[in-house]
Amino acid sequence: MAFNVIGKTIMKSLFGKPATAMYPIIKNEFYPNTRGNIENAIEQCNFCGLCSRRCPTGAIEVSKPKRKWEIDRTRCIVCNFCVHVCAKKSLSTQRHYTAPMTDKAKRIYTLYGEAEKKDA
Amino acid sequence: MGERTIIPFGPQHPVLPEPLHLDLILEDEKVVGAVPSIGFVHRGLEKLVEKRDYHEMMYVIERVCGICSFIHGQGYVQTIEEIMKIEIPDRAKYLRTIWAELSRTHSHLLWLGLMADAYGFESLFMHCWRVRERILDIFEETTGGRVIFSVCKVGGLWKDIDNDTLKRIISELKIIEDELKPLTDVFIKDFSVQKRTRGIGVLTYQEAIDLGAAGPTLRGSGVALDMRKLGYAAYGELDFEPIVEKDGDCYARTLVRIREIYQSLDLIRQCISKIPDGEIEVKVRGNPNGEYLSRIEQARGQVIYYAKANGTKYLDRFRVRTPTFANIAPLLKMLPGSELADVPLLALTIDPCISCTER
Repeated sequence: MAFNVIGKTIMKSLFGKPATAMYPIIKNEFYPNTRGNIENAIEQCNFCGLCSRRCPTGAIEVSKPKRKWEIDRTRCIVCNFCVHVCAKKSLSTQRHYTAPMTDKAKRIYTLYGEAEKKDA
Repeated sequence: MGERTIIPFGPQHPVLPEPLHLDLILEDEKVVGAVPSIGFVHRGLEKLVEKRDYHEMMYVIERVCGICSFIHGQGYVQTIEEIMKIEIPDRAKYLRTIWAELSRTHSHLLWLGLMADAYGFESLFMHCWRVRERILDIFEETTGGRVIFSVCKVGGLWKDIDNDTLKRIISELKIIEDELKPLTDVFIKDFSVQKRTRGIGVLTYQEAIDLGAAGPTLRGSGVALDMRKLGYAAYGELDFEPIVEKDGDCYARTLVRIREIYQSLDLIRQCISKIPDGEIEVKVRGNPNGEYLSRIEQARGQVIYYAKANGTKYLDRFRVRTPTFANIAPLLKMLPGSELADVPLLALTIDPCISCTER
């Protein structure tokens, strides 16, 4: 049995660099793989609604007639399943997370596509 | 003999973030009995399988637990793969093993921190979690998530780890091991820590078997039972022995977990040295039909998954038996005879994850 085994570690952390970063002055750096916000490159989207049907939490809503793609940021669990199933590869994950919000209405993120080109 | 009093412990208690409720029957300061009650965070995941198809369900199952999320996902997809008779590529098996062992390491480090916190050793708690942060960084770099990875899928994996990153992981493991050594020495050698853990909450070999304990609680009582020895994923090709301690007290259980961290780090190194190149997924066609029960080793012990499929994309029945559920009976055996001040320590020593148990 020994006494004060942690002494050496304590001295090291007393005189060493801090283990934590001064957030928000120093921003966290994300990795290329980090799964953050789901983003839709709307010009590629064909509004097939596959992402909405396969979403485990039902966070995505797609309307083909209105050319509308909508995601509820607070319901999304960033599992990436929509990105994997997207046939057009228009969905992608960003390298940052949804910012905190005080207004509940801001949780819904909506994108509108261009109106469908009618054949002449 | 003093007067009997009943003191409620939990479901919200400063030492334990888990909603475990115990009615402690006390004689003066001594515990003579305990009545547990759980069910405060029931979520009904097992009913949800009837509404979500078996691919989507993977993401729900992963969220059974925030600590061993990967191993839950792995157990689920393994069960479905067995029903559908899918043989996944070797590289996927090795990658699953690497992530599972990293999960075990981070779970045990988290537990060591909480254990130190339970006997008031705040600085040790913070140091344990400082080391754990390195493992979370490896997770974020390789999977994209720090807690929930979402890399498993029926038929393999979504993401691969390239060989350069694997090499970097090895050097990172060396740093983790060097940083960990002085901290685990505190748990093993320090006089005041041993005062709180040695000879407290003894669970004998026979009691551990009779009450069906699981994981480090079981192995701390001298029973060499580790589900990894079944050889699922890549464990069949790795060289390791279950870690066993004989005393059955809090100290033995701590020691089992500490030795398991080093064993896990060694297993990751073995995996990285043996990992073959190749595909990480196979194409999955059709729906599962049949039933299967699979047992795998989580950080907290043996977890059982049962799935029954009916040939459609929705499962008929799904059941998880988590190790915490198995360890509640041994906890009730440990409590009588202990002091009131030791109760948080004893409750922690089984590494309870009540949210896991209630799903």
